[in-house]
Amino acid sequence: MSEAVSDPQAAKPPSDAWRAVRRLLREPLGVLGLTLVLLMVGGAIFADLLTSWDPTRINPRDRFLGPGAEHLLGTDQLGRDLFARVLHGGRVALSVALIATGISLVIGIMLGLIAGYGPRWLDNLMILLFDSVKSFPTVMLALALVTLFGPSLTSVVIVVVLVTVPGYARIIRTQTIALKNSEYVTAARSMGASPARILRVHILPNVIGPLVILASMDIPVVIGIEAGMSFLGLGVRPPTPSWGSILNDGFTSIRDTPWIAVAGGIPIILVTLGFTFLGETLRDVFDPRLKAR
Amino acid sequence: MLAYFVKRLGLAVIIVSVAMLMLFCMIYAIPGDPAAVALGPRATDAMREALRIKMGLDQPIWVQFWNFFTGAWTGDLGREVLSDRPVLGVVLEQLPFTLALIAGGIIWSVALGIPLGCFAAIRRGSLADRIVGILSVAVIAVPSFVIAIYALLIFAVQLRWLPAIGAGEPGDLGDQLFHLILPSLAVGLGWVGYIARMVRASMLEVLEASHIRTARAFGLPDRQITYRYALTIAVLPTVTLLGVGIGQMLSSAVFAEIVFARPGVGKLVYDAILTRNFPLVTGTVLVTTVLFVMLNLVADLIVGALDPRVRSSF
Repeated sequence: MSEAVSDPQAAKPPSDAWRAVRRLLREPLGVLGLTLVLLMVGGAIFADLLTSWDPTRINPRDRFLGPGAEHLLGTDQLGRDLFARVLHGGRVALSVALIATGISLVIGIMLGLIAGYGPRWLDNLMILLFDSVKSFPTVMLALALVTLFGPSLTSVVIVVVLVTVPGYARIIRTQTIALKNSEYVTAARSMGASPARILRVHILPNVIGPLVILASMDIPVVIGIEAGMSFLGLGVRPPTPSWGSILNDGFTSIRDTPWIAVAGGIPIILVTLGFTFLGETLRDVFDPRLKAR
Repeated sequence: MLAYFVKRLGLAVIIVSVAMLMLFCMIYAIPGDPAAVALGPRATDAMREALRIKMGLDQPIWVQFWNFFTGAWTGDLGREVLSDRPVLGVVLEQLPFTLALIAGGIIWSVALGIPLGCFAAIRRGSLADRIVGILSVAVIAVPSFVIAIYALLIFAVQLRWLPAIGAGEPGDLGDQLFHLILPSLAVGLGWVGYIARMVRASMLEVLEASHIRTARAFGLPDRQITYRYALTIAVLPTVTLLGVGIGQMLSSAVFAEIVFARPGVGKLVYDAILTRNFPLVTGTVLVTTVLFVMLNLVADLIVGALDPRVRSSF
């Protein structure tokens, strides 16, 4: 690698990464976060192995059973096993988080690069659009979009993308502007490199790192949006299990069968705490500069 | 200051206009004929046509947009479908409930957040500081609607300390405040964390400042230095934070209203979606967006008045 020769600090990347992991493992909060995240991700991936119940199978004779040996978390108003629904709900939550964050990152990076590197008027226009999108309160934006697209997972993803893209694009834009007139970029430009090449080779690698950390810290927010919309009946359609829809089932019968609401809420609390603790520790370990935000 | 005010106000107007344009495009893109949706399946073609003309749907799109735009700026948001009342009136009727909820959330978050942050800053590095730090992160991370449901479950359903449903008897202020305690806690709890962190950070900064060192050199008691000279400065950044926070509290308030079955704009827009009452949906979204932009503007202006550096960098 040519960079390794020119930059002695990058000569031993494995040891750097290893040191970061060791520092993470020395932080109790980071370990707690990592454990919670691994627990929930593992539960979602191995859902079929961990329980033999079908999360969507209706069983009218077993309605509203309390937690016990056969149904670990009890059953809901249709006699469906709540433990199975929680595990499978984790699949929905985590896949929405991954897909939506991925799409947001790609769009945010592209828009940010264009705004930062493009002409001034385009930059102003895009900043105005970002600010306008951000001026809608999140839930109001979500509700308005659901009236347009109808309740579905796609609507959830669109809401998440619209809510998070402006923030990502602004970060990339600011850093692109800072780098645009740096000497090495000017050098590349004077040697005839095209804007696309400058952005791809010289600017993108330098701006992407902090953004990935920030995006990973947004995962709890994204999971919250999915669960919140599903709770309102505006996200995942039944019978697909989602933590939000379990919470809604529990909410309607909260006086008589509180365990359903407990079963829906606990995973949301654990996973948001896990990702937040992990994200905070990772940020402090990798890039303390971001702490100011 | 005046130039800053005018610039900032102009920007707010432009942002609201662009938001209106986006909202109009969204309404326009809704599949199906709004008139047919409003009248239901049993309407005749003649009735639909009459309503289309009444709603201005027979005009070209740019005329429709212009009518929507000028109407919205003059407070005419159209009439809602079910009772044919003006949308703005319906929304403004519900707005005080939501504002009360947000005000309650701010009171909770300030009343808990400032002492916690101050306490953590004084005992910097101690176990108590760490616990406050972890708790702050935790209440920020957990979505507010989960907090709302658990608060309902614990304090209203299990312990029966506080009421679960409604906004209290109209006219009975005590009862209304009693009904406000739990929902506003659910709205404000997350912001306890933000404010505690913010106050802690700015407290630590202020405690290093030279005027505090001077006060110490004069031999003033610690308590007086902390509360009279440091804290009064350290709470200033929370003003900006609350400006941003009110918008997010608005989102939490929507959930709190639904969970606690309270009247308010959140409940209004939610019910409007379920009954496909689109003019009411867009009207509510627009009013809350304008409110949000205005509150941000006020927060920015206060900070601009307090801190001249912000003005010049604009």
